[in-house]
Amino acid sequence: MSSEKEPILELRHISKSYGSVRALSDVSFKAYAGEVIGLVGDNGAGKSSLIKTISGVHSPDEGEIFVDGVQRHWKSPHDSMAAGIETLYQDSGLAPDLTIGANIFLGREVKRRGPLGRLGFLDQRAMERRALVELDKVGITVPPSKRTVSQLSGGQRQAVAIGRAVMWAKHVIILDEPTNHLGARQSQEVLKVIRAAREQGICVLFISHTLPHVLEVTDRIIVLRLGRVVRDSLTTDYTVESLLGTITGLNT
Amino acid sequence: MTTEKVSETQSSVDEGASHPAGKSASNNVIALMMTRFRRGDSGMIPIVIGLFVMGIYFETRSSAFLSVGNLTNLAIQASIFVILGMAEVWLLLLGEIDLSAGFTAGLGGAVAVILVDLQFHWPWYAALSTALLVSVAVGALWGLLVIGLRLPSFIVTLAGQFGLQGALIWVVDSQGTGGTISVHETVLYNIVYGNLTPLFTWIFIVGTVAIMSFNMIRKNARRSAQNLESQPTLILGMKVGGMLVAGVLAGWVFNSNRGTFTKLNGMPYAIVVVGVILAASTFILNKTKPGRYLYAIGGNAEAARRAGIAVDRYRMLAFVLTGLTSGIAGLVYVSQLNGISDGIQGGTLVLYAVASAVIGGTSLFGGRGKMMHALIGGFVIATIYNGLALLQFGSAQQYIATALVLLAAVTIDSLARRGSTIVK
Repeated sequence: MSSEKEPILELRHISKSYGSVRALSDVSFKAYAGEVIGLVGDNGAGKSSLIKTISGVHSPDEGEIFVDGVQRHWKSPHDSMAAGIETLYQDSGLAPDLTIGANIFLGREVKRRGPLGRLGFLDQRAMERRALVELDKVGITVPPSKRTVSQLSGGQRQAVAIGRAVMWAKHVIILDEPTNHLGARQSQEVLKVIRAAREQGICVLFISHTLPHVLEVTDRIIVLRLGRVVRDSLTTDYTVESLLGTITGLNT
Repeated sequence: MTTEKVSETQSSVDEGASHPAGKSASNNVIALMMTRFRRGDSGMIPIVIGLFVMGIYFETRSSAFLSVGNLTNLAIQASIFVILGMAEVWLLLLGEIDLSAGFTAGLGGAVAVILVDLQFHWPWYAALSTALLVSVAVGALWGLLVIGLRLPSFIVTLAGQFGLQGALIWVVDSQGTGGTISVHETVLYNIVYGNLTPLFTWIFIVGTVAIMSFNMIRKNARRSAQNLESQPTLILGMKVGGMLVAGVLAGWVFNSNRGTFTKLNGMPYAIVVVGVILAASTFILNKTKPGRYLYAIGGNAEAARRAGIAVDRYRMLAFVLTGLTSGIAGLVYVSQLNGISDGIQGGTLVLYAVASAVIGGTSLFGGRGKMMHALIGGFVIATIYNGLALLQFGSAQQYIATALVLLAAVTIDSLARRGSTIVK
């Protein structure tokens, strides 16, 4: 990434404490469009806190967030979504009793035109048509849209969730352990979708414990330990051993 | 014979659509139903069949059961369970419950009875809307406590049950009429005891069936025209046919003379009230944003929050709608009782309401449920009561029968959940 290029997402000196526990201290990094960044660290390294800060679930105690060169303050996850950041959490963020189509449009429903729309009536067919097209675009084939998410397998659910994130993200997608609990083939599907998102010029933050997946798909890896960034280098600079060593801090 | 013809003539239309179900022959429908049943998605078919079985059983034991007079009576008995059950569905969808709804209804009803009669003599519309405002306020209060203070709705509304019972006794006794107040005002009285004229009964029924069928057929046609999944023609035909048969039967029952000395026929207004609440609530749940959000929040509140939904606002809406619907149930209740007493069994009533919704198929765990469930479940409970009473059984058998049906329903719900839900 050339230095004159504007980062799509920049964090400056982010700190966050929960009571007396310091979850993040002075975290800074830049992320560019079309880049896949691995975010790794041991349990309690601050990965989840960092994701929650970027996606607006909570606000940092200190520090600044810039999206596309503009400083942002999130009051709710809705704000970060509006700024073009989509987050896919570890525990699926889908509503089990709604259909696939309804989940894809959750929080962004298309209303009917005219007075009915103003009363809150939804244009269900328009949403369903668009859902079919968009899911197809990211190479996800899902069972019929009449199905509720509770009737899908784990892999299918993840596919729907990622499809939703890719569909709506303008700038950044945060994927928290997207290949967890998935089989080898399904994991490869997920990695394929990540590459497809990169092609579209989206920046992907990929959080995972599965280091082979991280090394396979990312351009750059940021390692967190005890709430601090301990290394931020190109993926080609790491080996599995050095990455593991940096994460655990045993051979630095 | 007729259904087969329908499927034959229309199956060619379905060929163009990109869904395999449309090509299914009639014997595949049974297979489809079995899969749905195993997925916990069987809909209300088993419970409707159960209702028919009960009806046939009671009719063989007492020929009075299927008389037009008794069926109308049963519908009125059911309407109170149904409306209060629909009130509960709003909260059950969120995985919440309102144990006080029976007394919310009682208090609302008492306010209406007092304001139209005695020394107040308010016009009926003012009295009835005040009663509904009181019940909405009660619902909003529980909402504030549950959402604002993060208290469990079970406990808040359990306290509410005691509190409202106290308030009811206090309000009723302070009128100095010895603990009961009767209804003398026509509109309130007529909610249950007044009837549509036979002509308007038919207009109401035919209109409802026509609008529902038309909408279903049009929706299906548009969906298959846009290559979206649509229902197999046979199932659509069965649904329209079923509505038609039910409508004709209902019209015939309500419009037959059920009076002993003078002619008495037509559909009681209470049934119209049930129909209007059912239609309006179902519309909100299926077609609007708030409705969809209630399902989302009930299924996975965290996911809803992350999707940017103002979760607390919609939870509050559910509490308010429960209050409002309970209030309407209260108006029907006092009309049916022809007054209000300080000894009404609001606690038992609310348990029947919850049972109605659950028997119909609404889950206690949130996310899954329909207004229609309260209708079916309410009729099941009313049938048990009405039928056992006709057979001279007392409350002992009525309670036990209700217990068995409720247990059966909740077992099916639980088994279906295990069958359909894959580990998150």
